[in-house]
Amino acid sequence: MKHRLQFTGKKLIRMALLLLGVSIVTFLLMCASPLDPLQTNVGQAALGTMSPEQIAKLEAYWGVDTPPLTRYLGWLSDVLKGDFGTSLLYRQPVISVIGQRLVSSFWLLLSAWVISGVLGLAMGVIAGAFRGRWPDRLIRGYCFLISSTPSFWLAILLLLIFAVWLGWLPIGLSVPAGMDAAAVTAADRLRHAILPALTLSITGVANIALHTREKMIDVLESDYVLFARARGESEISIILRHGLRNVALPALTLQFASVSEIIGGSVLVEQVFSYPGLGQAAVTAGLGSDLPLLLGITVVTAAIVFAGNLIADLLYGVIDPKIRKGASRG
Amino acid sequence: MEPILQIEHLSVYFTQYEHGPRSSAFQKRQLAAVKDLSLEITPGQIVAVVGASGSGKSLLAHSILGILPYNSHMEGKIRYNGETLTEKKARKLRGKEIFLIPQGVTYLDPLMKVGAQLRKGKKDPETKRRCRSALERYGLGADVEELYPFELSGGMARRVLIASAVTEKPRLIIADEPTPGLDARSAKRILSHFRELADEGAGILFITHDLELALSIADEVAVFYAGETIEKAKAEDFGKPENLRHPYTRALWYAMPEHGFRAVGGLQPYAGDDRKGCPYAGQCTACREDCRTEGQIPLVEYRGGEVRCLHPDEMR
Ligand code: SF4
Repeated sequence: MKHRLQFTGKKLIRMALLLLGVSIVTFLLMCASPLDPLQTNVGQAALGTMSPEQIAKLEAYWGVDTPPLTRYLGWLSDVLKGDFGTSLLYRQPVISVIGQRLVSSFWLLLSAWVISGVLGLAMGVIAGAFRGRWPDRLIRGYCFLISSTPSFWLAILLLLIFAVWLGWLPIGLSVPAGMDAAAVTAADRLRHAILPALTLSITGVANIALHTREKMIDVLESDYVLFARARGESEISIILRHGLRNVALPALTLQFASVSEIIGGSVLVEQVFSYPGLGQAAVTAGLGSDLPLLLGITVVTAAIVFAGNLIADLLYGVIDPKIRKGASRG
Repeated sequence: MEPILQIEHLSVYFTQYEHGPRSSAFQKRQLAAVKDLSLEITPGQIVAVVGASGSGKSLLAHSILGILPYNSHMEGKIRYNGETLTEKKARKLRGKEIFLIPQGVTYLDPLMKVGAQLRKGKKDPETKRRCRSALERYGLGADVEELYPFELSGGMARRVLIASAVTEKPRLIIADEPTPGLDARSAKRILSHFRELADEGAGILFITHDLELALSIADEVAVFYAGETIEKAKAEDFGKPENLRHPYTRALWYAMPEHGFRAVGGLQPYAGDDRKGCPYAGQCTACREDCRTEGQIPLVEYRGGEVRCLHPDEMR
């Protein structure tokens, strides 16, 4: 147990350092951005009509006149006190903006994550078991095709087919446009989440399926599968009893590590579907020079990704008998 | 007695893809890992197949069990209990009458407890009882069933693997190098279990690279060289080198520790190498002109054994 705690402690320290690094990099990128916050957010025409005092006020609001280092340190000390600041664009506390966006993205991300994980595992196992035969070729072909397709392009394609041509599903947003928030049903939300979730799942599957396939092939060529065969175990029992068991561990690790890919993918996909989620907010914040919001979003998503990896590591210890028994003894 | 296993002119081929001499396209090539092997085992008998590591011995085991890897195929005939052993029949018999005892712990699923593995997924009390008593027979308690393979010591793992064969009533056991890494004493102890199983009526094919170990237990020895059986002899024949028939077997005899440790010079060719004539020609001190020009040299009966050599008495 002590060993496990130490392990977790070390990971948490690393996480803190990582988050610090991520925030610094985001900040530097933002500083290096060629976009002038006043021009993008207020507009050239409006600026022309303003008095110098008004412009100075705006510059102060967007933080143009503060030296970068002071700005960053100010942000950091506030964050350490638990205050993520106020979003410049939404004029709301960053935390509440992220909170709202996360809630609407959450089910989208979760369903895409679960679907791609389960489907990817199944496809990988099947492809590995049928190595070289048509199910394998089909699955591999699909994976290579999908991996070389940009997710936003796929999003547009799905949009064209299901929303424009067939008209089965809404074109965008997370709720019907112009509807009273109170009148929106869960079914409405679901219908709006289907296409983005589908896009994310379809692209997420490829990586997991290909990795699982490799691992499955290794397992099927292993000594212990040979021995299981020699002892008369049927091919199906070998795949289910030995294959799945030995593939599950690496697949699980991969699945938790793939959180980052799903979140990364959601940025583009939400943009295409105008889905008001975290990813879309990140794009808006980035383009609109909303520094507090962007920093907040990066830190929160980095923390989620890191938590995913941490869970993977901890699960490994719980599931792998070698680590589990070794730790309880040592 | 009727032999339990008869192998007649067995060859096992590997398909390999390689660059052709002129074109850059891949060419399919058939490599023989086992060539023209014949062998017979009667119940109660232990027949050892002795050959250097990597000489295709394991493929012999796999072809009997019908579990050759997908890129290989066999020619020749295998009879079990008088009937042709087709792949379909092998599938039914393996794990019921025909058993493999493999080399070591890597042949156990690392993530599955020993008991569950021996039971092959069955949970009925009868299977449990048989698994229990099989382990008990080799001094392994009930606690061993709850262990994962990585928790077994080398000797324990070996006993678990042997126990896996006696969960049923074995009629043919193929032991593929079952004692690597064990010191001579523990190895002999493990081998004594094989003698016991043979005495209970099983035929045993014992595959090893260790001639000395083979002689300590086998009734008959087939010597493998570059994928071919080059001699078949009774274990007693190894008492004196003059009784042996093939120059390579004699060289092996001289290489044994108690006979002076004289190593064989030169390298064994790979089984798949294209060559004419005798595979041993490169190392043979009795080699003559015709040894290299002759096609496949046949295995012939000779002085109560069999030998694949044109001039078997040259070195006596
Ligand atoms: S056939 Fe010739 S080369 Fe081969 S072992 Fe006999 S004597 Fe030597």
